[in-house]
Amino acid sequence: MSARDPIPYRREKPGAQPPNDYPLYKSTIKRHPKRAPVRIAQTLTEVTGPTFTKPWYGKALADLTKMHKGEPLGERIILAGRVLDEDGRPVPGTLVEMWQANAAGRYAHPRDQHDAPLDPNFTGFGQVVTDAKGEWRFVSIKPGHYPWRNTHNAWRAQHLHFSVFGPAFATRIVTQMYFPGDPLLAADPVFNSVPDAKGRDALISRYDADLSEPEWALGFRWDMVLRGRAATPREN
Amino acid sequence: MKLPLTGSQTVGPFYHFALDRPDWADLTRNGAKGEKIRIEGTILDGDGAPCPDAFLEVWQANAAGRYAHPDDRQEDKKLDSRFLGFGRVSPDAKGRYGFTTIRPGAVPGRGNALQAPHIAVNVFARGILKHLVTRIYFPDFAEANEADPVLGAIDDAAHRATLIAKRGKAKKIGGATMPVYRFDVILQGAGETAFFDI
Ligand SMILES: [Fe+3]
Repeated sequence: MSARDPIPYRREKPGAQPPNDYPLYKSTIKRHPKRAPVRIAQTLTEVTGPTFTKPWYGKALADLTKMHKGEPLGERIILAGRVLDEDGRPVPGTLVEMWQANAAGRYAHPRDQHDAPLDPNFTGFGQVVTDAKGEWRFVSIKPGHYPWRNTHNAWRAQHLHFSVFGPAFATRIVTQMYFPGDPLLAADPVFNSVPDAKGRDALISRYDADLSEPEWALGFRWDMVLRGRAATPREN
Repeated sequence: MKLPLTGSQTVGPFYHFALDRPDWADLTRNGAKGEKIRIEGTILDGDGAPCPDAFLEVWQANAAGRYAHPDDRQEDKKLDSRFLGFGRVSPDAKGRYGFTTIRPGAVPGRGNALQAPHIAVNVFARGILKHLVTRIYFPDFAEANEADPVLGAIDDAAHRATLIAKRGKAKKIGGATMPVYRFDVILQGAGETAFFDI
């Protein structure tokens, strides 16, 4: 240890993250490492990470209903939230990428063969950078449920995919946001792979009447929480 | 106040239309300083089958050994405004990926140890609930690799060796001839890549 050592990010507690060996989700069977990961102390490599400014990621795409000539079909929604660390401090200036299926439950992806219509007015990709308060906001449509071949007659709970960097390589996270009251949550192995009940709850957005806009769209609020930095008495 | 961490979830199989950014596979595209190198390999599952629905993200220091990040305060090393140090690369249908970058300089480790030049890697895929973390090292720095504290944390020599890329045949890309390194990512089984808990 030296005084110049970087302040590490706190270790994730057991139960906070899903295990990669999780046979209820069939695709993990041939894709999880058999050896335990090698625990290392964080170095400068892990406490730094990409800082995205406009030329590096392109332009903000905050309204997914305005990417084409016409309006996409489906229930219009406003999604908003913050990126915070475990101590509740905002994470500003970080890239948030979001992607999702259309209202019928189909992705604008050539390999998605679900027998549901594509929507010529919906791609389902957005990206924004969090503001000084760590806040982000998207306008979109509610994604449909879709079937998958994990088990017989399996359907995914409604979800949106989110990718967030945070301040460091150690804070990188890709996750999914869910909706309150979805009856499919109870049987969704991806959602249920998070061991802690509190952690699962934290993946579900809240309906927010104040975020909703009259005669126009329903609002859902959801915060993402990244690893916080370990306090250090050695900081000078 | 301690808030519950956001749990990781798989990227699933249908992320390409959103996350694929072919230009991000060339970290030198804005004119980075340093020696251009090419890294290529295949991402394979426990059956040795290619994983076209897996992708890598890479993070590295510039040629001088400094990260483009405010927490890297090595004022004696120059920043390179044309080098972000970050890339994302998706494989083709056969699971083969390739990215172009510059050879990273050495960065300090903990204590007074120096780390051997390396590239940090995140692996995402359908079937991976929490992304995997690994590193690419170079065969050209045998002595530095020997002394590297992170490589040193891997007890088994064969397991450790999975993180050292293999020198391939130089390639001419876009008019420039560059060294090629081969780095396969084996998710499971024989030759399984070493992954880290950070
Ligand atoms: Fe999905």
